[in-house]
Amino acid sequence: MNNHIVKSYDAEFQELDRMTAHMGGLAEKLLADAFAALERRDPNLAAAAVASDKAIDNLEAQVQERAILMIAKRQPLANDLRHIMTVLKIAGDLERIGDLAKNIAKRALAVSGEAHPKTLMNGLRHMSELAMRQLKDALDSLSTRDAAKAREVWHSDAGLDALYNSVFRELLTYMMEDPRNIGLCTHLLFGAKNIERIGDHTTNIAENVLYLVEGVAMTDERPKGDDTSSMVLAARPA
Amino acid sequence: METLKVDMTAAKRLEAERIAPVTSAGLPAKVVARDVNVYYGEKHALKSVNVDIPDRGVTAFIGPSGCGKSTFLRCINRMNDTISICRVTGKITIDNQDIYDPSLDVVQLRARVGMVFQKPNPFPKSIFDNVAYGPRIHGLAKSRTDLEEIVTASLEKAGLWNEVKDRLNDSGTGLSGGQQQRLCIARAIAVNPDVILMDEPCSALDPIATAKVETLIDELRGNYCIIIVTHSMQQAARVSQRTAFFHLGTLVEEGPTEKIFSAPSDPRTQDYITGRTG
Repeated sequence: MNNHIVKSYDAEFQELDRMTAHMGGLAEKLLADAFAALERRDPNLAAAAVASDKAIDNLEAQVQERAILMIAKRQPLANDLRHIMTVLKIAGDLERIGDLAKNIAKRALAVSGEAHPKTLMNGLRHMSELAMRQLKDALDSLSTRDAAKAREVWHSDAGLDALYNSVFRELLTYMMEDPRNIGLCTHLLFGAKNIERIGDHTTNIAENVLYLVEGVAMTDERPKGDDTSSMVLAARPA
Repeated sequence: METLKVDMTAAKRLEAERIAPVTSAGLPAKVVARDVNVYYGEKHALKSVNVDIPDRGVTAFIGPSGCGKSTFLRCINRMNDTISICRVTGKITIDNQDIYDPSLDVVQLRARVGMVFQKPNPFPKSIFDNVAYGPRIHGLAKSRTDLEEIVTASLEKAGLWNEVKDRLNDSGTGLSGGQQQRLCIARAIAVNPDVILMDEPCSALDPIATAKVETLIDELRGNYCIIIVTHSMQQAARVSQRTAFFHLGTLVEEGPTEKIFSAPSDPRTQDYITGRTG
């Protein structure tokens, strides 16, 4: 893809890809740190994670500016146009992933003083591991233009949704068992919701990679597994 | 023998389409080309072109210089007849009529298939006479009033009327480049053609004049089959509904413009429109 007659055009694409890859790396690290801070109750790590989101925001602004300039200067067509539009959208998703991960880090700060049983974290750990794996695969599929891998990521979001449903039930059960858990569990519940949303943005990235590589927009119905919004939880009879 | 076989198939296909020619896009076909080859002496300039061009719409021909797009355009009104070493084989029909039929009157054909060139070429006559020339020689006007009506209507359709109505007797060559080109378009539509061929009609015009000609093309497409050769990919993307990409004398790919410019099927098309070395 680097054989434009105008060589500086190639250089612009390389720079755009480099910035997107950098954003992806920062978002992955932010998510990993935010969860580690939550699990280990480490306020220093949490604070560092919160601070690191700024760099992602800055990069998104730069990607946007460069993409707009490239469109104005080069009037891109075909795969070049898809490349620029895709990077623009993926940068938006990565920025949102950064925000959601930052929110987990903030919650880690809020609950860092509270003691919590290790078992409480199991479900959430599984969720964050799966989300991180998917994010990594999505970013890999972007850098290698691997449609098969992107499609795999796209399909695997249902697994994250299923996990979220069970974490949702689990945390509610803890809250019902002992009202002293409510404060912590509410934060964890929002954390779980954030990870579920990160999965959705990762699915967006995978969709965009598919469009970039294959030139057709993904029109299949997304595999949806999050049904917590319609879950009815009856209070246990006293 | 091989050539003969291809010809037979093409002829059969044409026979089948005689009933209701329809393009791949499901639109009624106006211009149908089957196995069209063009030779300039020994040089094989156009190689077995097969394409169905729909009526009432703009089809853009794009491709690098020397790819055969202008050669093919000039086949459609037999402009290539004027080049002595040029030889055309295969079949081109307009409304099912073979335009290379020896009994066909080429002058009549060129009235049905108008042409607008790269460089505006008004006659060194008045604005009125430029537009009236065609209707006069083809006897389209019964009276002076008829002729005036045709001239007015053509200039209106070409979006030039308001700019020239007070100076119809001034020379056409005194107009600006963009106005001259619209005068040439008015001259082409004055003889009521079915097909309008445009060979890089905006390449000698500034962006404002280009925008006016493009607006005009967009307005005309409801009534004519317009075929435009352009080197500006953005122009092809803006004005056409279908695009055909020519490369080294071959028609590589033809399809809906939005598909050609967002996700072309052939890597040669992609390389060309994105400015890559193939």
